[in-house]
Amino acid sequence: MLSSNEILDTIRMIDQQHLDIRTITMGISLLDCADPDAEAACRKLYDKVCRKAEKLVETGEAIEREYGIPIVNKRISVTPMALVAGASVTGDYVPFAAALDRAAQTTGVNFIGGFSALVQKGMTDGDRKLIAAIPEALAVTERVCASVNVGSTKAGINMDAVALMGTTIKAAAQHTADRGGFGCAKLVVFCNAVEDNPFMAGAFHGVGEGDCVINVGVSGPGVVCHALQDVKGQPFDVVAETVKKTAFRITRMGQLVAQEASRRLGAPFGIVDLSLAPTPAVGDSVARILEEMGLEVCGTHGTTAALALLNDAVKKGGVMASSHVGGLSGAFIPVSEDEGMIAAAGSGALTLDKLEAMTCVCSVGLDMIAVPGDTTAETLSAIIADEAAIGMVNAKTTAVRIIPAPGKVVGDTVEFGGLLGSAPVMPVHPFGSADFIRRGGRIPAPMQSLKN
Amino acid sequence: MHMKAIVTVLGKDQVGIIAAVCTLLADNNVNVLDISQTILREFFTMTMLVDLSGSKLPFTVLSTLLENEGARRGLAIKIQREDIFSAMHKI
Repeated sequence: MLSSNEILDTIRMIDQQHLDIRTITMGISLLDCADPDAEAACRKLYDKVCRKAEKLVETGEAIEREYGIPIVNKRISVTPMALVAGASVTGDYVPFAAALDRAAQTTGVNFIGGFSALVQKGMTDGDRKLIAAIPEALAVTERVCASVNVGSTKAGINMDAVALMGTTIKAAAQHTADRGGFGCAKLVVFCNAVEDNPFMAGAFHGVGEGDCVINVGVSGPGVVCHALQDVKGQPFDVVAETVKKTAFRITRMGQLVAQEASRRLGAPFGIVDLSLAPTPAVGDSVARILEEMGLEVCGTHGTTAALALLNDAVKKGGVMASSHVGGLSGAFIPVSEDEGMIAAAGSGALTLDKLEAMTCVCSVGLDMIAVPGDTTAETLSAIIADEAAIGMVNAKTTAVRIIPAPGKVVGDTVEFGGLLGSAPVMPVHPFGSADFIRRGGRIPAPMQSLKN
Repeated sequence: MHMKAIVTVLGKDQVGIIAAVCTLLADNNVNVLDISQTILREFFTMTMLVDLSGSKLPFTVLSTLLENEGARRGLAIKIQREDIFSAMHKI
């Protein structure tokens, strides 16, 4: 029999420390929806998504109710749309995004990811058309998320694509200028994108995946922070052990929910993504964990080391708790979605350069960062190139989700609301990188790629 | 419904809590397997292991009944499937 303490421990984690399942994401392959007729393709993909995900939301809610654990998001990821739309004779890919959006509304999920292209080595016509459609697609749809993979350890960095993404991000911001450049919050530029990531905005269903799969993303920064409060002043060995134990418990719960969801939905279980995903709610912050380790403010000297320990301990604790670990798995550091990061950026303690350093040791990259509206496309591209280089050399996923907020300057704040939170506009370097970006071509794959 | 669940009752101590919860469970053919209960500074804490296999009531309906009973008495009463606790605390 479980002890009362154990039971109450779990209840406290859920009620007071924001423990939750961040997302159940159903990955659906749309490869069989390709059709020379774009309208037919859209109809097929709408039908398939609605059929597969018909019971996703109600099943998620039933599990939530029976286990007493909040499941914050139910989402869908699909095959990178450039691969599906590429078969259609059309120049305009926006209708594909619109079809995804309708499917998301019908099934009741809050985001659908996979308006994506994988162009780390080169671009097909379909990839170009998809990237060209991104700004409008993100403006006219509500729930569609886009991503573009511009580099990998194996292929190097496609600098033509990097240049293109700078202008695409600017255009996405302009298309949604009335909403603070909200379109950019749904657009991720990746290096080493993973095929089974359940988290938005970067989720897509890779071509190596099956027809339909259930991936689950856990969360729980609040639980980790709370556990560390009990070991104040103790050496890092104790800190690491405490994080590991906590991550183990969180992940076990994720594994349980993933298996249950997979069983009820009749779709195979893919992976548990053991990420610490913060929200703007007080007590659900990754930054506050780093501060709990002894930093005055997140972003000061020592932050990278603290994050490295956290990220590693989360993985070590979680990996034994799940039969299949995948996705991004690590600590997320999205600025606008983390109450402590917002405060640190607002006070000037957390800068873009420090965030870049932090992305070397954690799971993703420069995430949900607002920069001045007059930031040039070339500067955005250069920021992307830096992140991609970190990912490429370290054989890890890095990403850039950056919002050049129209009309905003340093000191302003952009409000996105909900889980996307609010972002203090952060300064970028005033010195140009235009000639660097104009070169184009490819940065060759590093020595690390030659493993055979 | 073959499942075990944990009922937790938290709140200010008062007369008849255990009786009320047990009556509600008994009325719905839910078997109580184990009870542990403490009072800490007038704060009542009870955890019960129950077996739902004899009950015809859907889980969510039972859950709502318990929540409503709790609300009436100013207590937080929850029922959750046992698996979530064992997953977290047992290897």
